[in-house]
Parts: sequence; structure tokens; C-alpha cells
Amino acid sequence: MYNEKVMKVFQNPKNVGEVENYDAIGTVGNASCGDIMQITLKIDNDVITDAKFKTFGCAAAIATSSTATEMIKGKTLDDALKITNRQVVEELEGLPPQKLHCSVLAEEAIRAAIEDYRKKQGA
Amino acid sequence: MEKKRIYFDHAATTPVRREALEKMLPYFSEVFGNANSQHMFGRDAVKAVDEARDTVARIINAKPSEIYFTSGGTESDNWALRGTAHARRDKGRHLIVSSIEHPAMIATAKQLEKDGFDVTYLPVDETGTVSPESVRNAIRDDTVFIGVMTANNEVGTIQPVKEIAAIAKEKKITMFTDAVQAAGVLKLDVKELGVDMMSFSGHKFYGPKGVGVLYVKSGVKIDPVMTGGHQERMKRGGTTNVPAIVGMAEAFRLADEEREKNAAYVTALRDRFIAGVEARIPDVKLNGHRVNRLPANADFSFRYIEGESILFHLDLAGIAVSSGSACSSGSLEPSHVLLAMGVPEETAHGSIRFTFGTDNTAEEVDYAVDVLAETVKKLRAMSPLFKQFEGEKQYV
Ligand SMILES: Cc1ncc(COP(=O)(O)O)c(C=O)c1O
Ligand code: FES
Repeated sequence: MYNEKVMKVFQNPKNVGEVENYDAIGTVGNASCGDIMQITLKIDNDVITDAKFKTFGCAAAIATSSTATEMIKGKTLDDALKITNRQVVEELEGLPPQKLHCSVLAEEAIRAAIEDYRKKQGA
Repeated sequence: MEKKRIYFDHAATTPVRREALEKMLPYFSEVFGNANSQHMFGRDAVKAVDEARDTVARIINAKPSEIYFTSGGTESDNWALRGTAHARRDKGRHLIVSSIEHPAMIATAKQLEKDGFDVTYLPVDETGTVSPESVRNAIRDDTVFIGVMTANNEVGTIQPVKEIAAIAKEKKITMFTDAVQAAGVLKLDVKELGVDMMSFSGHKFYGPKGVGVLYVKSGVKIDPVMTGGHQERMKRGGTTNVPAIVGMAEAFRLADEEREKNAAYVTALRDRFIAGVEARIPDVKLNGHRVNRLPANADFSFRYIEGESILFHLDLAGIAVSSGSACSSGSLEPSHVLLAMGVPEETAHGSIRFTFGTDNTAEEVDYAVDVLAETVKKLRAMSPLFKQFEGEKQYV
């Protein structure tokens, strides 16, 4: 059901874990199946210098977590916010339709982490 | 290294055993007649079907005239429930089924609810067992049907069907049991169990797919559901699937002959597996009943991680299993069986069913335990729910 690329990323996901002394953390839950994703970021001058994830979810959730964290590394916060779940799915060369909702989790986790950071900065 | 292909999903389906296949083969092209035809071609086909019916009847201690061939477990379940509901609607519109029935029953019950029937879904305890007392409490004056499966397909729990059937008999309610997972594995005697109807399916005991049985005790009312021609004594239309019926009966006969030997063999594999998993992997839960469970079934929840990702890691290592996780369900709901047993959603999420067969070996079991320990460790390392705590030292 998954394409080769998804299975490959799922088998060897990148950026697993938690960034040490992270500057931002975002944890979101997936209402449709009960899965959870956490993203931690190291941020330097509004640029994401490191990103890691922890995911309690299916193969698609793990693959999108890995790909999304890869995609935001080196990006400014504003550019990272522009990344959509559709772009993550494209990067993975597609997901089965019933698995598209898992990719939303990654997008939301990134957003939550950046919001967390901005709130802390503003405070 | 040769790619491993280890099949631990025998509750989903089994391969057709050679003896059954060989017995079927002549009935595709040589003896191809329509069992409904009056000429010699038809008679040859009828002869084979009659023999198969006798075999099946003998094994479950029924009369041949009480055996109806169907297209499988799903059709038999549909027929039993819908056919009884309609046949007995003048007596009442209340139906009782357990909450852990196969979807073939649950979905049919839901549809009957839309048609104006009342359905009670019986609860189960944490082992997945229906209590006869809960059946008694659910019975109303207008109850016409009780359906409790012989053994559950996900967690393997064996139900007190005999006790429940005794209550049904006392109240003159039609008692049905879905024996799809039990047939060919447990000794099934319809008289001893005291049931009015029983379903089973060829492909679960090394017979072909798409063929099954509904046993209906003589005198018990049931309306046809598959309406059509005169087949199966006007009760089930459709040209008789002669090769499948012949193959199923042969597989059933052999399963019955070898029952004790096979049960001992798979029980040993299962117990080796359960012991291995419980010794090597912390924070696991064996779902179902420790003792009253099908010989081939081990259903585990691996806390903090999700079943589909476990399933795919095992698949990549050449091990085939199934999962009760929401992510792998299509409906994005976790297993209704685990939820009914009170397993928290999060734990149900990490559930995997391993079902062993006579084609498996102890080496395969040991290999699977190794792979599983690795997989669980790897997935927990990426789980936001898993606190590393003493995790490391507990993996050996
Ligand atoms: C308990 C139970 N009932 C019914 C069925 C349906 O049987 P079939 O696959 O023959 O339609 C199955 C198998 O999937 C089952 O396990
Ligand atoms: S995370 Fe549950 S379906 Fe993908």
C-alpha cells in the first residue's frame, strides 16, 4: 500500500529523538486515530538549525515526521511555516488517500513548535 | 540471505492443504455438472456434495439435512441473524449479540436496527468473555435471537457457549454461534453445545476460501436470505460450488482427525512465543484469556507504540501478522473487541495478533521474538509516550 520511498524513510527515519536544550517544542494529537507527534527545534536568529521528532503513529506518520523535519532544517521560521502537508506528501511521492491525515500531523506539529517559540520570545 | 516468509496470520486465512486441493481438482473440469441438473452430470456432482454433507454432519454430530453450504462465514453469519430476525419477527423484534462478534454479525445487526429491530450488544469482561448472567439479564419477552461466537477471532477467547445455549433453550430463543475460528480446532458437537445454528468457513482450517456452512437444527425457523433457485432444499439459492464444498469437507475431515495432535503442536509454539515475548519485552500485555484461548492465538499490546508500524517492521523482516490498531483499520477506529474488553485506546493502538499454524516451526517463533524485541525497542525510542526509564536494562 505504501510506495517504496515511504517504506524506505519509515525504515530509516532521520531526526529521531529530542533536540538537546531545544528552543521550541510542539506536541499535537491526531483526532482521527489518536496518534501523537512531538517536534523539537533549535533556533538561531530565526533560522531552524536542528529539528527532531518523536511520533506515536503509523508508518505514514513516521515517514512524514522524518521528511518534514528534513525539510524545515536550515529554513527561517517564516519559510518553515509555509511548508504544507501537501509538499511533504509530494516529497514522499504520495501517500494512500486514507493516510493523508497523518501528514497533517507533521504540519501541525511544526506550527505548534514555532508558535511555542514565538510566544516564549514575546514573553 | 534468502528472504524469510513466515506466516503468523492463520486466523486471517490458511493455505489449502494438498489433500484437499487434490480432492477438489477433478470437480473443476471433469465432474463439472450442475448439482441441480437431473442428468448424469448433475448426479455425479450431487454425489460429491452429498458425501461432503455427510462428512461435515458427522463431525459436528448433526444430520446431513441440517447442513447448508454457503459462500463462507460472512454469508452464514448474515443468514443466521437476518434469516432468524425475519422468520421470527411475529414473535419479537429483539436480538442479542455479543459486542465482540465479527463484523459479519455486527454490521448485520446494525442494519437490522435500521430496519426496526432492537439489538442488545452484550458486554465482555477484561478477558473478552461474555458472562451467561449478562445474557440472562438482557433477555426480554420479545427476544428471538442470541448470537455469541464460539471463540473470538482477535483475542482468541473461548466463550461459554454451552451455558448460554442452555439459557436460550429455557427461554425458547434461537441460539446461534459463529464457530468460524473454532471449527477444525476445538471439538464441536452441536448437540452437546445445545445450539440451534452454527457457522463456519472452509479457509480457516486449510480448506478453500469462499465456502462455508450454516448448521440449522431441524425444526428451527429461518428465512432464506440468498433467494434464488431450488438449491440447498430451497433455503439458499445459487449454483452449488462443488469443488469448494468437496475441498472444505476434506480439510474439515482431516482437521478433525488430527485435531489433538495439531492443537498440541500450535499450543507449544504459541506458549513458546508468549514466554519469549514476556521475558524479552517490558510493558506488554497479553490480550484475552490466558487459559480459555484458542491454541493458535497470541494477541499482544505493546505499550507506547502503534501497531501498524510494528506490523510493517515485521513484514520487512519477513513476518506476516495483523494489527488491531486504529491506523491499520481503514475506519481509523481501534479494534472494537479490545475496546469492549476495556483496553484503553492507546494500548489497543499497539496491538498485534499472532496466529500460528501447523506449517510454523519453533525456529520461526524464536526468530520472530528476536525481531519483535528489536522493533519494539526501535519504535519506543521514537515514541513521545515512552519514558526511557529502566527501559534499556529490561531489554535483553
Ligand atoms: C469469527 C469470524 N466470523 C466470520 C468470518 C468471516 O468468514 P469468511 O471470511 O468466510 O467470510 C471470520 C473470518 O474472517 C471470522 O473470523
Ligand atoms: S498516524 Fe494513525 S493512521 Fe497514520
